[in-house]
Amino acid sequence: MTPAAATVTAAQATTTTAAEAHGFLSPTGVEIAFLLVGLVTFGAAIVTVTTKQLVHAALWLVVALGGLAVEYLLLTAEFIAWVQVLIYVGSVVVLLLFGLMLTRAPIGRSPDADSANRWAALTVALAAAAALVWVVVDAFRTTWIDLDGPAAGSTAVTGASLFQSWVLPFEALSVLLLAALVGAIVLSRKAKEAARGTATASPRSAALGSAAPRSDSDKEGVR
Amino acid sequence: MTTTTLAVLVPLLPFLGAVAGLLLGRTAPGFARPLAVLPSVAALALAAVVAVRQGGGQAVDAATELTPTGSVPVELALHINGFAALVAILVGLVATCVQIYSTGYLRHDPRYTSYAALVSLFTSAMLLVVYSGDLMVLLVGWEIMGICSYFLVGHYWETPEARAASIKAFLVTKLGDVPFLIGLFALAADTGSFRITKILGNVASGGLDHPTLIALLLLAGVAGKSAQFPLHTWLPDAMAGPTPVSALIHAATMVAAGVYFIARLLPVFAASAAALVVLAVMAAVTMAGSALAALAQDDIKRVLAYSTIGQLGYMTGALAVGDRGAAVFHLLAHGAFKALLFLAAGVIIHAAGTNSLAAMSRMKDLRARVPDAYWTMTVALLALAAIPPFSGFFSKESVLGAAEHAAVGHAESVPGAAGWIVLVSGLVTALLTAAYAMRLWLLAFHGHGTEAPDHGKQPVAMNSVLWLLALPSLAFGLATGLLPDWFDGRDLTPTLTTAVLGTGVALVGGIVTYGAWRHTTAMVGRVPLGAVAAHPDADGGLVEAEAIASHEPAYGNVASAPDPADPGRLLLGPLHRHAAVGFHLDAVYAALFVRPVQAAATLVRFLDREVVDTYVRGAGTAPRWLGTAVRRAQTGNLQTYVSALLAGTVVLVVAVLLVATAGA
Amino acid sequence: MHLAYPAVLSALLFCTGLYGVLARRNAILVLMSVELMLNAVNLNLVAFDVWLSKTAQDTLHSGQALTLFTIAIAAAEIGIGLAIVLAVHRNRGTADIDKLRDTAEHGDDDDPDDDSDTARSEPAEKAEATA
Repeated sequence: MTPAAATVTAAQATTTTAAEAHGFLSPTGVEIAFLLVGLVTFGAAIVTVTTKQLVHAALWLVVALGGLAVEYLLLTAEFIAWVQVLIYVGSVVVLLLFGLMLTRAPIGRSPDADSANRWAALTVALAAAAALVWVVVDAFRTTWIDLDGPAAGSTAVTGASLFQSWVLPFEALSVLLLAALVGAIVLSRKAKEAARGTATASPRSAALGSAAPRSDSDKEGVR
Repeated sequence: MTTTTLAVLVPLLPFLGAVAGLLLGRTAPGFARPLAVLPSVAALALAAVVAVRQGGGQAVDAATELTPTGSVPVELALHINGFAALVAILVGLVATCVQIYSTGYLRHDPRYTSYAALVSLFTSAMLLVVYSGDLMVLLVGWEIMGICSYFLVGHYWETPEARAASIKAFLVTKLGDVPFLIGLFALAADTGSFRITKILGNVASGGLDHPTLIALLLLAGVAGKSAQFPLHTWLPDAMAGPTPVSALIHAATMVAAGVYFIARLLPVFAASAAALVVLAVMAAVTMAGSALAALAQDDIKRVLAYSTIGQLGYMTGALAVGDRGAAVFHLLAHGAFKALLFLAAGVIIHAAGTNSLAAMSRMKDLRARVPDAYWTMTVALLALAAIPPFSGFFSKESVLGAAEHAAVGHAESVPGAAGWIVLVSGLVTALLTAAYAMRLWLLAFHGHGTEAPDHGKQPVAMNSVLWLLALPSLAFGLATGLLPDWFDGRDLTPTLTTAVLGTGVALVGGIVTYGAWRHTTAMVGRVPLGAVAAHPDADGGLVEAEAIASHEPAYGNVASAPDPADPGRLLLGPLHRHAAVGFHLDAVYAALFVRPVQAAATLVRFLDREVVDTYVRGAGTAPRWLGTAVRRAQTGNLQTYVSALLAGTVVLVVAVLLVATAGA
Repeated sequence: MHLAYPAVLSALLFCTGLYGVLARRNAILVLMSVELMLNAVNLNLVAFDVWLSKTAQDTLHSGQALTLFTIAIAAAEIGIGLAIVLAVHRNRGTADIDKLRDTAEHGDDDDPDDDSDTARSEPAEKAEATA
């Protein structure tokens, strides 16, 4: 743990870990920006997984994902950054919020947002973090990314590689998206039917007049 | 047919009879009686023919080797000299009498067929021992007798006494048989053969390297089989078997096998003076101790059993002073009158409905109910007490004469000490023998009190046999002059000194007992005592089984009764208490062997139940606990599962990293 | 820029998501945590792609392509996941993960009525669909 902790602090550029030309003690501007945005992102992520207000968690997730988009920009991957903003911040989080609404998640503080597994989870997460950070720092403390020159992730570059080298997986991905689309429809349609079924089944008098399979399944359900 | 063929048939016929009886016993019960009696009669007749042809002259020897058996050949061999011929006749006679008697005594017994077949097998084994010229073949017969006696003593296995007695008889005789077997091997190793003739020839030329060791090892087996001190304790208990079995096994044949064996191999024993002295001491202790014990017994058959032990002591005493002629003479005479005594006792038990002398002494006119048994038993008791002119007188005087002969130093290679020991103990025992014979006679036939129960006449099969056996008891003494031709040629007629001494002490013993009885018999009326079998009109066998089973509940002890009118109690004084239980030898054995074995068994059981089984149970319980623990982990909470999974992953990754970096 | 910065940030985000997956009770919050983990991976991919394209003159841009795929798959996943959560919520009346214990060893604190209800609901729905 202690060496891992030491390397974590080293990664925070406070100790004297040696790098050939680029010491951790003399960070560049990009690095400082990355560090600050990273701290914000990490903080937002922490709040996301610990807050007791479920809707706040979704909103903090927006911050974290947005922070990641900024990091992508800092890494000169601009196309990915915009995709991140569009898809995650634009759709995923909105979907999640809809989900929260539809499951009638409580607005405001819910004291049982965390399960009883919390301490085990914390232990596992800390151990994993220690191990990962230790390994990553140990492996890459001297590696330097040269961010000068043309952007590595501009739209042109990404589009070229995507539609030259990755066109087949790209098409396959469309099949996957189609399958997901169909799956989601099937799942929610069944859910809708089930919801209607429970709605009609709950008053017993109404259930009496319904069709034969309905009563069959009702019996099974009772059994 | 040649003598050899006839001799082979003698043990073979009862054996075939036994096999046929066992096979046909269930399907054709009508054949059981002929199959039991006829082979024995035929064997007796053939044995007589063999004896006549042999005529006491040159021994008949024949041998055939069925298959090579390694360095020391085992052969089917016959060696028939005068001893063997005459002992075979005795065995045949007693076996025939017992078989005839059993047809009446066990008439309605459901297990009669197997019983008769076992008696036949037993007879066959004894005849094999008698005729065999090869020690290994002899051992076969020896062991068959052991297992047959186990079955026959346990004939009434419904009663716990019979079960215990059969196991005890088997174990004690086997205890002697183990050293016996080792002794046989040692003997064969020294002489290079199991053939008796070769062994004797080898011994005569001084080829025996370890005579004392071999003699003592063989002596252990003989002591077990012939019920000599200290392995005699099984014989009184074996009286739990039916009376004819007692007569056959424990009076005339099986116990005689040991004596007969020594008589056959006497030169081997005579080669060691130490063995002879041990034999003499053994005989003396056996004689005197058993006679004292016989005086204290209440069960009529136990009196006879102790008397058997004592008479066997005479025989071993005769062997200890190197006179096998006298020993076998006494064996023959004793075999006849002791078989008679047992069979008559069976009749008395049947008639009286009890085996207790104390109960009989409270019955008036028992002798009038069983006149045949009364007269024949009187004859046999006179023979037992060695009163002239009955057979026992001559045979016992020949033993005492041989002892005196050795004591005064006339016998070569026999220590004088052995002679003196045998002589003195023989005279003491003669006194005691007369005393307990007198006591038995007085208590059984001269009771006062209520009328003896009347169950009608005893079966002819039983009574006729008594008279048949009474003949040799009366008249066998006449053969004294002829026997030396059959034996070693040594004179067997009584010498004047021992005859006067022996008869004198016997008379003294009888008169003293009579006086004591006159003194105590007045008390009979005052102390009521007795229990009678539940089915007095049933078979003799059933009555006897019930009498034996009820003795302990009725009198508090299987051996003795609290009867103040018993002259033996007066004569023995404080010794009576110890004599009644065989001088506590059983207690000593219990303390020395039974308890340690039982303690060891308890320990083993404890180890098995508490230690070994704990592991076995633990092997079941630990997985169950483990399973309970694991089941507890199956909460259905996916997050817990995933937590455990990831924790394991982290641990593994860290371990792999540590190993990898340590190697680098 | 040091590669260690994005790598460490990625690791920390991943573990934060991990904690959320293991500790959150609401299924939708778990899905959020899964998104966090996926994004951590994405950050890693992007960072290494930039590094490789600069140092090893890599023109394949596999990192960025895979990031795009991951984003697409994550979108699909969140759609399907939400549909499942909603279905479960409709059937059970709850979206709490630690109350969905059908795989628990029998005789545990799960009440059997609820158990049999959920076990039977699926065939019932199928029967309805065919009717």
